[in-house]
Amino acid sequence: MDLTRQTVATLRRELEDGRINPLDIVDAHLDAIEQRDGDVHAFLDVHADSARDAARRLTDDGSYRTLPLGGIPVALKDNICTTAGRTTCASKILEHYSSPYDATVVSRLRSAGAIVIGKTNLDEFAMGSSTENSAFGPSHNPWNLERAPGGSSGGSAAAVAAGLAPVALGSDTGGSIRQPASFCGVVGMKPTYGCVSRYGLVAFASSLDQIGPLTRSVADAARVTRVIAGHDRNDSTTLRCAMGQREGATDADADARTDAPLTIGVPRSFVEAAQHAEVQQNFDDVVERLSKRGVQIVNVELPHAEYASAAYYVVANAEASTNLARFDGVRYGHRSRNSPDLDAMYANTRAEGFGAEVKRRILLGTYVLSAGYYDAYYHRAMQVRSLMIRDYEAAFGRCDLIATPTSPTPAFPLGERVDDPLAMYLADAFTIPVSLAGLPAISVPSGRADDGLPLGFQLAGRPCDEETVFRGALRVESVAGFTEAVA
Amino acid sequence: MTAYEPVIGLEVHAQLATETKMFCGCRARFGAEPNTQVCPVCLGLPGALPVVNARAIEFAVRMGLATHCTIASESIFARKNYFYPDCPKDYHISQFDTPLCRDGYLLVDGGRARVGITLIHLEEDAGKLIHPGGAVSYVDMNRSGVPLIEIVSEPDIRRACDAADYLRRLRSIVRYLGICDGNMEEGSLRCDVNVSVRPAGSEEFGIKTEIKNLNSFRQVEEAAEFEFERQSVLLEKGKRVAQDTLLWNAPAGRAEVMRSKEQAQDYRYFPEPDLRVLRVSEATLESVRAALPELPDARAARFVSQYGLPEYDAGVLTAAHELADYYETVASGTDPKAASNWVMGEVLRELGSRHIDIGSFEISAAMLVDLIEAQRAGTVNSSAAKKVFAAMIESGRGAAEVIADLGLEQISDSGQIEAEAQKILQDNPDEVAKYLGGKENLLQFFVGQLMRATRGKANPATAREMLVRLLDARR
Repeated sequence: MDLTRQTVATLRRELEDGRINPLDIVDAHLDAIEQRDGDVHAFLDVHADSARDAARRLTDDGSYRTLPLGGIPVALKDNICTTAGRTTCASKILEHYSSPYDATVVSRLRSAGAIVIGKTNLDEFAMGSSTENSAFGPSHNPWNLERAPGGSSGGSAAAVAAGLAPVALGSDTGGSIRQPASFCGVVGMKPTYGCVSRYGLVAFASSLDQIGPLTRSVADAARVTRVIAGHDRNDSTTLRCAMGQREGATDADADARTDAPLTIGVPRSFVEAAQHAEVQQNFDDVVERLSKRGVQIVNVELPHAEYASAAYYVVANAEASTNLARFDGVRYGHRSRNSPDLDAMYANTRAEGFGAEVKRRILLGTYVLSAGYYDAYYHRAMQVRSLMIRDYEAAFGRCDLIATPTSPTPAFPLGERVDDPLAMYLADAFTIPVSLAGLPAISVPSGRADDGLPLGFQLAGRPCDEETVFRGALRVESVAGFTEAVA
Repeated sequence: MTAYEPVIGLEVHAQLATETKMFCGCRARFGAEPNTQVCPVCLGLPGALPVVNARAIEFAVRMGLATHCTIASESIFARKNYFYPDCPKDYHISQFDTPLCRDGYLLVDGGRARVGITLIHLEEDAGKLIHPGGAVSYVDMNRSGVPLIEIVSEPDIRRACDAADYLRRLRSIVRYLGICDGNMEEGSLRCDVNVSVRPAGSEEFGIKTEIKNLNSFRQVEEAAEFEFERQSVLLEKGKRVAQDTLLWNAPAGRAEVMRSKEQAQDYRYFPEPDLRVLRVSEATLESVRAALPELPDARAARFVSQYGLPEYDAGVLTAAHELADYYETVASGTDPKAASNWVMGEVLRELGSRHIDIGSFEISAAMLVDLIEAQRAGTVNSSAAKKVFAAMIESGRGAAEVIADLGLEQISDSGQIEAEAQKILQDNPDEVAKYLGGKENLLQFFVGQLMRATRGKANPATAREMLVRLLDARR
């Protein structure tokens, strides 16, 4: 058995039955990283020694046998703080930064027996849709190395797709888990805003950021979400959500309920904005198959979705402009040398430390919050956000889940959009409205385009109703029959 | 020459005396080794998030209620953005257009003037820069994240002395409430003064300046007075007042320009997305209200009615709750008026000359009661009592012990006084003759002689009566 191509469920079964031990799994993945990551560049840092140590400890005390993620390697997007190694956010400004504390999700994973195997690549500070904004070079899509893996959690998606980790955590602000999951043919789950603690996630846009898993199956995504979800006294925005309180629930529960009645809404007019024929075709096929399998399909409207991207880039950049202010060279991170005074030190440090896209967003965000512009931009964007929430509330009066393609296109070629930020921003057209409303949403692999690139199907649910999202996703997974792995 | 009036408003920052900081669990105590009371949150490390300190909210609500404010059931924290090395996130979590408390007031000048309180909001303190000289500066983040309330007054103050009085009253209230130690030197109470000037009787406001760096009541008054005069002169000459932020130079007694309006910062306030809307329930409000202590004004009114004190005395005695407590303990053990005379007189004089608080005064309330009672019982006369008072401070011993030691017991024994009196009359036959001849004001001479002979211990009233009786016997 190739341990690097298995789901968590399978690996857990093998472990529980005593056929393998945690070190076997860790070694297999470290070997795979050694062999394949030169091409993919999913990782910024590999924690080989500490991963092996953790595997030995779990083996010695036997705890891996009962823990939900016992002995399972997990890759972490490098904007999640770990005391082990560095936490760079793929930025030169944090190139040598090491965090004195672990993010809440890291502690929870560890308590569940998971083994951190390394830190994955991303667009600098999670700003982007291709990982090309990484200061340390892009990641490559394992399905076609000339293609982008998506972003910003591109390294995490590529790692799972390439068999370098069975599970990775990403962060999703406007689609940064779901879009790369779609591009790389893996499952990507963004829980409800507030479901998972952000403590230790380096903030991009605080009111939108949410950590979630990228996995090889829907059941794995549910298993990992259950581990990381739940109220955290270090994050005032966390909720006491159902997901975090169902620790005892197993994947079998979800499986057993897949035949319960389910209504999925399709925002037709919004979906048709995706002009990519194969994306459209695949989406319609999956909807058709779901319908045949007893899922009720209804048409819903999201009248304000067309304004969502504009509102998103105002709100997200406004928050980013102040979240990233602290990278100023005073206390940690890069500091420009030879600046004559304090203001020059600030300016030079940030000019040298940040990449172009980060600078662009800081400038936009600073502008929209400036005196005289606040009402026209930030305030209006927040109004659109409220309207978006109401659109979804109305739609969920008629259905349990709302389906769209995850991305308007399959993975685009590396380099194609780097000089065209607006084209890049379009990659998140279907994921952004969901983010603005703070809803749980998942991307499930739903097929492949003619050139073999994976396509993704997005399901969004009511706030805190991750269970129904997973239930629907299991059906998509079963009707789509996407079982192929990267060669 | 036109008559002008100043229009003054104050912005006061009070550090809340909570155990821990505003948004993290670090201790908030002053004076620790630099950077020993810090964590990822108050250092503004990547990924750290704020969590509101419920105790700080309660303290702010106390202040709001004590100053007659409306407490918002929902208020919002906001980010105030600016770059400075003492500000670890390069934004400051504060409140902006939706503060916790608004629309209150405070009475100053013995209740004659009412100063509106626009709002009271919560925020976090910044760190502290240390400039040892040379090209290096250090920053101590122990203070970063210490909870503050900012109390913003309406521009209702018309006299510089009322500005200082307003600040004195605020200080008195925060100390009564136990929410701030009010120490202006250590910076736990800070004040900025806004001053504009207009022709007396005008309804419109002039252009205001803001004066920072005021570290005492006196500086507040001096700075307000200085600005009033400076701006009046400008207006009289037909010149415009520049809307500047000024820094008070206390040694020089003048305000200097720190920055002009053009250099004013755009703080780009917006709601803090890391915190939820701050909700204060009706139940919380009621429990805070129920637990409020008696406040200075109410206590002064009670002192007037309960102890029969003049308003002025009641105001002085209640300005600090420790002094008021001391007075009440003394008053409960003896005559309240005598207690007031002693506390207002000897005690405050002693505290004032030594610049100490009642808390570190050697004579406890119970000890003072013993002394006053000794005087009231006639054991010592008033001049001896003052000597005893001084000796008690010196030695830390009780009144009875000191009186016995110094041999200051008053002589009220008429036999002993009669013997001394007879001797004085015999020794001064000329004066006796003059007295009997009509110069009756010589009585005071005899009393003085008698007091000297008894080293001040004779009961003056007994002495006087005795002398009159003996002199009359010689007519």
